[in-house]
Amino acid sequence: MTGDAPLLTARDLSKAYGTTRALDGVSLDVRAGEILAVMGPSGSGKSTLMHCLAGIVRPDSGELRYRDRDLIAASDAERSALRRGEFGFVFQFGQLVPELTCLENVALPLRMEGVRRKEAERRAAYWLERLDVADVAGKRPGQASGGQGQRVAIARALVTEPSVVFADEPTGALDSLNGEMVMRLLTECAEQSRTAVVLVTHEPSVAAYSHREIVVRDGRIRTSAGSAR
Amino acid sequence: MSLSHTLLALLERGPRHGYDLKQEFDAQFGQDRPLHYGQVYATLARLLKNGLVEVDAVEHGGGPERKRYAITTAGVTDVEEWLSQPESPALYLHSTLYTKVVLALLTGRDAAAVLDAQRAAHLDLMRTLTRRKTRGDLADALICDHAIFHLEADLRWLELTSARLDRLAEEVRS
Amino acid sequence: MSASWLRQLAFGVRLACRGGVTGWTRVALTATAVGLGVAFLLLAASVPNLLEARDTRVAARVDDGQGPDLPDGILLVVMTDTEFRGVTIRGRLLQPLSATAPTPPGVSALPKAGEMVVSPALDELLAEPGGALLRARLDYRVVGRIADEGLAGPGEFAYYAGGDQLDGKAGVRRLAAFGDPSPGPGPDPRLILMAVVAFVVLLAPVAIFIAAAVRFGGESRDRRLAALRLMGADLAMTRRFAAGEALAGGLLGLGVGAVIFLAGRQLVDRFTLWDISAFPADVRPSLPLTALIAVAVPALAVGVALGVLRKVAIEPLGVVRRAGQGRRRLWWRLLPSVAGLALLAPMLAGLVDTDGQLARVQVGGGAVLMLMGVATLLPWLVEAVVRRLGGGGLSWQLAIRRIQMDSASAARLVSGVAVAVAGAIALQTFVAGMESAFTDATGADLSRAQVTAALDEGATPARAREISGRLSATPGVRSVTSVAYTDVELPDTDDYSSLVVGSCAELRELARLSRCRSGDTFIVEGARAERDTVDPAEPPRPGARVTALGTGWTIPATATQVKARTLPDGSTWNRTILATPAAVPALAAKPLRLQYFIDLDQTRPDIGELVRNTAAQVSPMMAVYGIREVKVDSKFSGILRGTLVGTVALLLLIGTSMLATMLDQLRERRALLAALTAFGAKRGALTRATLWQMAVPVVLGLVPAVLAGTALGVALLAMLGFPLHVSLTQLFVTVAAGAGVVALVTLASLPVQLRLMRPDGLRVE
Repeated sequence: MTGDAPLLTARDLSKAYGTTRALDGVSLDVRAGEILAVMGPSGSGKSTLMHCLAGIVRPDSGELRYRDRDLIAASDAERSALRRGEFGFVFQFGQLVPELTCLENVALPLRMEGVRRKEAERRAAYWLERLDVADVAGKRPGQASGGQGQRVAIARALVTEPSVVFADEPTGALDSLNGEMVMRLLTECAEQSRTAVVLVTHEPSVAAYSHREIVVRDGRIRTSAGSAR
Repeated sequence: MSLSHTLLALLERGPRHGYDLKQEFDAQFGQDRPLHYGQVYATLARLLKNGLVEVDAVEHGGGPERKRYAITTAGVTDVEEWLSQPESPALYLHSTLYTKVVLALLTGRDAAAVLDAQRAAHLDLMRTLTRRKTRGDLADALICDHAIFHLEADLRWLELTSARLDRLAEEVRS
Repeated sequence: MSASWLRQLAFGVRLACRGGVTGWTRVALTATAVGLGVAFLLLAASVPNLLEARDTRVAARVDDGQGPDLPDGILLVVMTDTEFRGVTIRGRLLQPLSATAPTPPGVSALPKAGEMVVSPALDELLAEPGGALLRARLDYRVVGRIADEGLAGPGEFAYYAGGDQLDGKAGVRRLAAFGDPSPGPGPDPRLILMAVVAFVVLLAPVAIFIAAAVRFGGESRDRRLAALRLMGADLAMTRRFAAGEALAGGLLGLGVGAVIFLAGRQLVDRFTLWDISAFPADVRPSLPLTALIAVAVPALAVGVALGVLRKVAIEPLGVVRRAGQGRRRLWWRLLPSVAGLALLAPMLAGLVDTDGQLARVQVGGGAVLMLMGVATLLPWLVEAVVRRLGGGGLSWQLAIRRIQMDSASAARLVSGVAVAVAGAIALQTFVAGMESAFTDATGADLSRAQVTAALDEGATPARAREISGRLSATPGVRSVTSVAYTDVELPDTDDYSSLVVGSCAELRELARLSRCRSGDTFIVEGARAERDTVDPAEPPRPGARVTALGTGWTIPATATQVKARTLPDGSTWNRTILATPAAVPALAAKPLRLQYFIDLDQTRPDIGELVRNTAAQVSPMMAVYGIREVKVDSKFSGILRGTLVGTVALLLLIGTSMLATMLDQLRERRALLAALTAFGAKRGALTRATLWQMAVPVVLGLVPAVLAGTALGVALLAMLGFPLHVSLTQLFVTVAAGAGVVALVTLASLPVQLRLMRPDGLRVE
């Protein structure tokens, strides 16, 4: 990769839920434009790692910086603002607001940032076009197929032109053909706009879209293979 | 992959020169490694000997003599049998990987490291294939997918083995 | 066939209980909610018995008969009711004239002079530290308690005291027997009508509440039924399973309701509502009504469950909501309101006798239909209005879109509140209208006097002066004005007038006198216009020969006409002769009736009680009243307050079911809420969306509620020929109570919403 300073720097992150140690001293960097796969079996702590990196969950200890901001010291409001503006998210399911149309769903993060409705929806329409789901713009998510819904979700993650997109099992509910299409569009769009992607998955075929992978087991990173383009 | 069966099946579409066969094979299947002529002619010679192909015509041109091969009825039957015969799944039971893991355990080396290294290698290959697949045409995609899925199977096995290393160590060392 | 039906119903019952923890929670929630509703219904069903028991006891102690002049079997009774810190105390002085004199119900032996028997409530009041003032007033030795059968209710304050030398005094009744010898015509038919309306108004929302309770956790039930479909149950069978499950909730609810009712009944004697309290034993549900509840509640539960199933298709692989049935049609949703108006219309036009049995059915039915009309109209209204809404901020958009997607749920959520508010408004409009017909401004001037005392037994001028002195000597009394008066018989007519005897200073309180000297006489004629309407009789004339206290007297020809002055209590003594004592020497020494106007230093605590104590020392028969600027028939203000209390209780009941439904909906969205939080959604925006999502249907529900309620109330008023009157204050209070409950529910759900917005929700999968 390039010699850029990392976007996200994590050092020795730990996080426990009750007595279970979900994260146990994890260190890692995420660089601009790179696609990083976070792999590991269920319950290994990979989702917790993502939640910590994205500022959704505050780690118990360790250091975490986004550019030059300390994410551990940041208040909830600051982290929320960061998530709205700098990060994008794609989940396995349950993320689209069922009563809004697909277009309105994509426009949602912009509107949360205070962009006017018309402008937000114009930009949302562009991203729906790019992800080849312009035809479902006026439909509700319930009326679109699973693959279309997930592409709408990606459009929504990218609409704010974030620096990092966090994707948690984005193809988990899809068949391989749809999963492939979703992954291809996600990585293509991310690479074109030099958006970093933190891709949480347990599927090697999904991880194969990454530039490098880390494997989390029992809350620790097993191995960090060097980047291999 | 069985080269003789593949060439035989290509011949079923119509008689061909050895040279044409190689071209066609490379176009369809030879993305990884193109065949060399020797391989083609050696195979054809064996098929001829077994009566699965016959020489349809010999052309004398300016250069060396060129034989045109055609499939025989026995050859067609053979192709049919080959296609309908499932590949033996038992083939993969004794893989090199398994051997390596067991040997690492027996010699007191870090078996997990063997698995990790292997996973990284597998994923690297998978990454390359995925990249090629997204850039190529449908034929590329299908071939890459086949390889990717096999690699995925290996990776799944690696994953599972990593999780069971402790038990395996006990059994191997007892 | 029927055996397998029953088995399937029974399976549904078992299914309801076997759904694991969530299944139990659901059944418990449903049963509790249905139970609350049932308890409410049972309480309502007890009202007839409760009132009857109370009326019977009250009728048995009526003591206003006038017995013969012979002493045999006669009890002398004097009414000595008093007030203490706002509560009314029923008091009687008793003196038997012979051993065969009757005793009041609940009293075994008549108290001797200086003794009294008291009700338990009064006994406690006297025993309290603060009761010292009252002990000074009721200066008798307590020798026993009045038993329950002699009391209107457990909270009643009452005493019977032994008196002596009562015979021959004014205001003393000679009683041969307690009890009402000729029971009256029964309650006013207007009151019965009001009771019918009140019942309908209370019960319609309870029915909606129970219907909502049966729907609790319907989603998980549907999923379980879908799993059964996968195992081969057909649609008819799932319907019977669902019916069985609803039946289980309904039956369990009946049981819970009975327990709540029985437990609550034990507490009933601790509450006194506008001076009315009830014995637990009086709270007996009427048998036919109980039977009706026992049948109707499970039937309603099953009916609702089957009705819900009509809107979803339970397929083996899941539940499909039958969406997109097109727009709701207006015409049939207007039918109940139209039918209700049609039932009430002939009564409005005065075509039906409003006292008859048929009228009650008609009014009750009309009211039910009007209220149902609100409930049926609401889904259409919400859909029609919300479809046209758009624009606005993010929260608004989220809320509107959500309502658009499922306007039926939104409407259902608030329909209970809307119906309750409509009913309450109807009742209040009705009661307030009746009240306004019975309310008058008194014209009182509270800056001159706040209390008036009357002594009907009369007093000589000397004693009157002594009483004035004692009243004035009471700490906190600023001034005392007295009016001594008697009736005078006018010549040649059956008419009477009044003669006030007093000093010039005293007479000046009653009239504008330019000059006054001892020996003067004045006549207050009053304005002719007022006389014509209020009292058409002729005023006394100077020189006329009149009779007062059995003595003849000629009004001096020098008597001058003067204009009346308004007294502190707002009264004006028109058609009255005012005389200085020197002008009526023959009457001056005789006992005259007295009225005192007392100006108090109201900053002193218990000042009113001190005055009452002084009055009681003067004579137990001396009555003390507070002067009010507005004279209200207390019956109505009590009913008004009761309606408001009932409405609030009902709204809170509905609020609990709303809360349960809302939490159910929120839990279904936990993954979404967590995802939106991950996106950095501001909590405020999502919270505001929830608020809007509740507020919009509530506003839409309250509009028809106000209209239908006011229409119904006005219709009832018109029917009984009362002037139309809409109390905006009451309207506002009721609407605010309805909106307030919804706001409360929304606020109560916010902690859960905020908790669901935490990223933990991302981990549930």
